[in-house]
Amino acid sequence: MSSIHPDKVTAERLAGLREDAALGRDVEIEALGDGSLVEDPAVRPPLVLSDRTLGEVTQIVTGYVEDPPPKWWYIAFAITSTVALVGTCMILYLIITGVGVWGLNNQVDWAWDITNFVFWIGIGHAGTLISAILCLFKQKWRTAVNRSAEAMTIFAVICAGIFPGIHVGRAWFAWFLAPIPNSNGIWPNFRSPLLWDVFAVSTYMTVSLLFWYMGMIPDLASLRDRADRRLRAGVSRPFTIALPGGRLVNLPLPKPDTLRAFIYGLLSVGWRFSSRHWHRYEVAYLILAGISTPLVLSVHSIVSFDFATAVLPGWHTTIFPPYFVAGAIFGGFAMVLFLLIPLRAVLPNFKDLLTRRHIENMAKILLVTGMMVGFAYSMEFFIAWYGANKFEFEVFANNRVNPAKAPYWWAYWTMITCNVISPQVFWFRKVRQNPWAVWVVACFVTVGMWFERFVIIVTSLHRAFLPGEWHMFFPTWVDILTFTGSCGIFLTLFLLFVKFLPMFAMAEVKAVMPQGDPHGHDHDESHGGGH
Amino acid sequence: MPKFPKPPSRAELMASAAEYFPFVPRSRPKYVTREGKRVFGVSAEFSRTPDVYHAAEKVRDAGYTKWDVLSPFPIHGIEKAMGFKRTILPLLAAGGALTGVSGALAMQYFMNFDFPITVQGKPYGAWEPFAPITFELGVLITAFTCILSMLALNGLPRFHHPLFSKERFLKVSDDRFFICIEATDPNFDPVKTRELLDTLGADRVDLVEDED
Repeated sequence: MSSIHPDKVTAERLAGLREDAALGRDVEIEALGDGSLVEDPAVRPPLVLSDRTLGEVTQIVTGYVEDPPPKWWYIAFAITSTVALVGTCMILYLIITGVGVWGLNNQVDWAWDITNFVFWIGIGHAGTLISAILCLFKQKWRTAVNRSAEAMTIFAVICAGIFPGIHVGRAWFAWFLAPIPNSNGIWPNFRSPLLWDVFAVSTYMTVSLLFWYMGMIPDLASLRDRADRRLRAGVSRPFTIALPGGRLVNLPLPKPDTLRAFIYGLLSVGWRFSSRHWHRYEVAYLILAGISTPLVLSVHSIVSFDFATAVLPGWHTTIFPPYFVAGAIFGGFAMVLFLLIPLRAVLPNFKDLLTRRHIENMAKILLVTGMMVGFAYSMEFFIAWYGANKFEFEVFANNRVNPAKAPYWWAYWTMITCNVISPQVFWFRKVRQNPWAVWVVACFVTVGMWFERFVIIVTSLHRAFLPGEWHMFFPTWVDILTFTGSCGIFLTLFLLFVKFLPMFAMAEVKAVMPQGDPHGHDHDESHGGGH
Repeated sequence: MPKFPKPPSRAELMASAAEYFPFVPRSRPKYVTREGKRVFGVSAEFSRTPDVYHAAEKVRDAGYTKWDVLSPFPIHGIEKAMGFKRTILPLLAAGGALTGVSGALAMQYFMNFDFPITVQGKPYGAWEPFAPITFELGVLITAFTCILSMLALNGLPRFHHPLFSKERFLKVSDDRFFICIEATDPNFDPVKTRELLDTLGADRVDLVEDED
């Protein structure tokens, strides 16, 4: 463990030179560890550990791209891409055969497909939330997670887009969703929330992609320049394969660095790190953050309109927009933690850039949003009773909660256990500060958020107004494999991202490091004029 | 009301067009090296953020206008140290927002009156159902305007720049900082500019040549 401490005060305190009682707080030296968990409000926890220099940050981040991937990467990639292939085959099978291969029936005509759609689109909310809202609130710790969270957002929205696209049945008529008149000259119905959803999700996808790409331009330029420097220095190695005897054979292909200089060069559009450019870049970033903030909130609100504008008991509630947005942030942060905590353990020096403090901060967000979601669950129930709507109360009491009457009681209680009860362990500092405990809760939350959407969709639909139409939903093997396949697609894309793109926003990390401060402490303060 | 920079003159526009398109005739360079290469400017290299920040203040005070600070990350407050005007990007973004919102409203009103569909007996001209799509398209067009005008104002994408011709400058994307005063600056003087940079505490001062 590093012995670097963020500040003299903490260092003295750890050395026993300063009385903890005098500062009114009992400090556990063990818990302070690397200094990132410092409890003293006067001390800013370091955002990058081990006293890294700017150059070391570049080396760590570009190393993930330039070094050959570790063995686990190949194994993980083999597994996830196989699962993704199975999922793709299921999609193809569905398109060729028809929606009947799923377990949908006349009563439950939205089930796993729309559950998966809302699940993935919800997960896609964390990335833009971290980049936009935390940017506006000047939360500097976001620099450690924003790039990977944004990448995750894009991949989750891709997975989300699959489901409504194939659920419409004849997928070749999906262009009916676009504002183009069909062959009878009829335009789409602009009063339908389903059409609003098309615009909301596609806008969200596009803007998230732009945001992600724009943030990546300087880091892609770093990769370009490193490859270029190696080429100029003549130290680039060609592609090789190892023969069984251990002999390396050069392949007659362009060198990896030539490809890197070309591809990253094209993608980084000639960025040359000029301060005049940085100025416009930062203004553009701020405007994008400003418009993405209401965008994040609008997307899941509009998704919730799909349900809230229907007259179905259990869907027809005004609490849905904020409830869905809180749930989306909750599920998204859980997915960020689910992906990053294992990476932190297996990738070299990852821990210096993603500290335990970052994980603790995200655990706190899980706790807050988990409580919001819990409040929404109870408020929904309260209004079902207080509103004196017999049908709505029946949905809650007899379709969801009561194990004696509700066939889906297990889904409801799984949701409550995972989403409301499991994050409560984060009231304890020890749990928040233990990455693996946080990871376990993140897994629970991910499962719980899937069940939340299942509960909302299926338990409301399977028993609507006419008891004669009541019907249970049973997933077929195609349902199950399509969902598993979408997880495979998501993880495959994420693994490709880990290998080929810069996983940390290097430029942003450098700007919040002590070395990035133009008025550094070790410099004569009298020069600090100019602002 | 923030002050926005003046639009470039015709000569400046031609000069920047020549940077991009080989068929646009380039003006004769004011300074060339002994080998006949065009001099782009003089650069000073720094390794610490405070040093480059304070050096930038001095270059600003010496009255240079065509110069730049190159840094691996945006330095907080550098626009003050360099003394340049605020970008007009927010105005362009506002234009994008207005275009998006009015375009979305025009699209929806046109499509609803071109083939009116009766939905639950609601009036065709009601604005309320149009709000979500209007908002979304407003955001979409603003985002595109924002990133595209950021690139356009920066003169990007571009394939080459004299700064890329020396291997040393590529370290700017890693951990080095540069101040580069361009030869086209009216105050530029091969000797005096170099002397100024020498007094700034730079690690080294170099001549930047163009490749042709």
